[in-house]
Amino acid sequence: MKNKTLGFQPLQTLTHLAALTPLGLMVLDFATQNYGPEPINEFTLRTGKAALVILLLSLACSPIGRVFNYKKLLRLRRPLGLYSFLYASIHFAIFIGVDYFFNFNLIKDALLTKRYAIVGLTTGLILLILAITSTRGWQRRLKANWKRLHRLAYVAGILAVVHFIWLVKPGVSQPWFFAIILTALLLMRIKGFDRWIKSRMSKTPPLQAG
Amino acid sequence: MTNNIHPREITPERDYLSRRDFLKSIGIVSASAAVLAACAEITPPLPTEAAPDSESASGAAGGAEMDQLGAQTTDYEDVTNYNNFYEFTTDKQKVAKVAQGLNKSAWEISVGGLVENPKKYTITEMNQFGVEEHIHRMRCVEGWSMVIPWLGFPLNRLLADTKPTPEAKYVRFETLYDPNLFPGQSDYPWYQWPYIEGLRMDEAMHDLALISTGLYGKDLLPQNGAPIRLVVPWKYGFKSIKSIVKIDLVAEMPVSLWMAAAPNEYGFYANVNPHVDHPRWSQATERRVGEFSRRDTLMFNGYDEQVAHLYQDMDLKSNF
Repeated sequence: MKNKTLGFQPLQTLTHLAALTPLGLMVLDFATQNYGPEPINEFTLRTGKAALVILLLSLACSPIGRVFNYKKLLRLRRPLGLYSFLYASIHFAIFIGVDYFFNFNLIKDALLTKRYAIVGLTTGLILLILAITSTRGWQRRLKANWKRLHRLAYVAGILAVVHFIWLVKPGVSQPWFFAIILTALLLMRIKGFDRWIKSRMSKTPPLQAG
Repeated sequence: MTNNIHPREITPERDYLSRRDFLKSIGIVSASAAVLAACAEITPPLPTEAAPDSESASGAAGGAEMDQLGAQTTDYEDVTNYNNFYEFTTDKQKVAKVAQGLNKSAWEISVGGLVENPKKYTITEMNQFGVEEHIHRMRCVEGWSMVIPWLGFPLNRLLADTKPTPEAKYVRFETLYDPNLFPGQSDYPWYQWPYIEGLRMDEAMHDLALISTGLYGKDLLPQNGAPIRLVVPWKYGFKSIKSIVKIDLVAEMPVSLWMAAAPNEYGFYANVNPHVDHPRWSQATERRVGEFSRRDTLMFNGYDEQVAHLYQDMDLKSNF
């Protein structure tokens, strides 16, 4: 990947295009009424899943970048994090303004007493704080604390998966698929673990060849 | 949003002559929508729109028939394409695609256990108990609902035919176990297949507990529980077990699949109750499929006049 034609710009552009694709598809499906019998549920699920997938991708940047020695991936963390926040915001807006149609009694009941909603709101608040402080200005102002603060992205990932699990009937497997991916990403954060993978990877091919 | 209908205004089930039955009785059920519309003025209570002909695809999309609270039936397309049937897949919108044809002619249901007359019935033999249209609300535990014109008969007619003994206290229902037909039974091995459901004897004997073989005037499709299923309109949808092969009269309370999967979340009774939340989400409101706004969930799904007496001295919070 040292080839200069595969430089930073195409990767960045590709990231923007990929991250906007779910939104584009949703707009298309909305316009053509291709959303099944329960459109509100459908778009709530799709925005939520897009937010989760993109958040996991932003969390994957540093471990994968390190293992493959591809530092450029690190610069995708911010746009991916912001896109995750975008989808989470639409997800929340649908919940408040469409699903519960500003019925604040019901919304209050959910946000105060239902653990899926409490955890979902917490995830959203973390993403909001991280989005606000994602600028270079905040990076400078917070100095070493900025890095610590932005480790909350992992907490957001865990809470988002828990939020999903708490919304499905027991035994529905899809959220667990995300839980496994997240667990793998967290394991790769453990000190030395990524170095261990890296050494395994550099050793493995000769072993197979021999 | 609210349904403040006084019990007096609710027509008792037995007095309620459905529009279709009336039309059938005067022999014009297969007439065109235009003809039905022309007949509309002589069949009270009446919706304003033309009645759809169940033969035509868009006509089956409902809109003209109502349940006893005046709610319109859910579109046929939605009833047959939005299904919880984990034997096929957990994706409600994919069930219709995954669902395979069942061999209806070879289907047999055995009714046994604590009965004087254990018997096996084919679907044709089931027709002896009558095929009437019953329009009922169905409220899913997940928070959505439909209004469905079922074809079927009260379960108590079938039970009477097999003569339960005095020891029989519950009815236990069992779905077919066949992983070739039902991929979910091998794809999701963590559930205790086959699907089991149960009713207390007095619930099972209630006129509103139905055995259904069709909806919208047609045979049940596989995704709706073909060829024969239970319909218990005052309970959450998962109680209405599909594709039944076995009915047993028993002395002990049966353990349903959902009770086994999560005993703290799914109880034996599973009566629709806006005041008793699911441990993880509210049951106070629901969205009728095809509608935009949520509506208040009604006690016993709006059938409290008919069924509340069954639970008179029970704590519905602990007997959820």
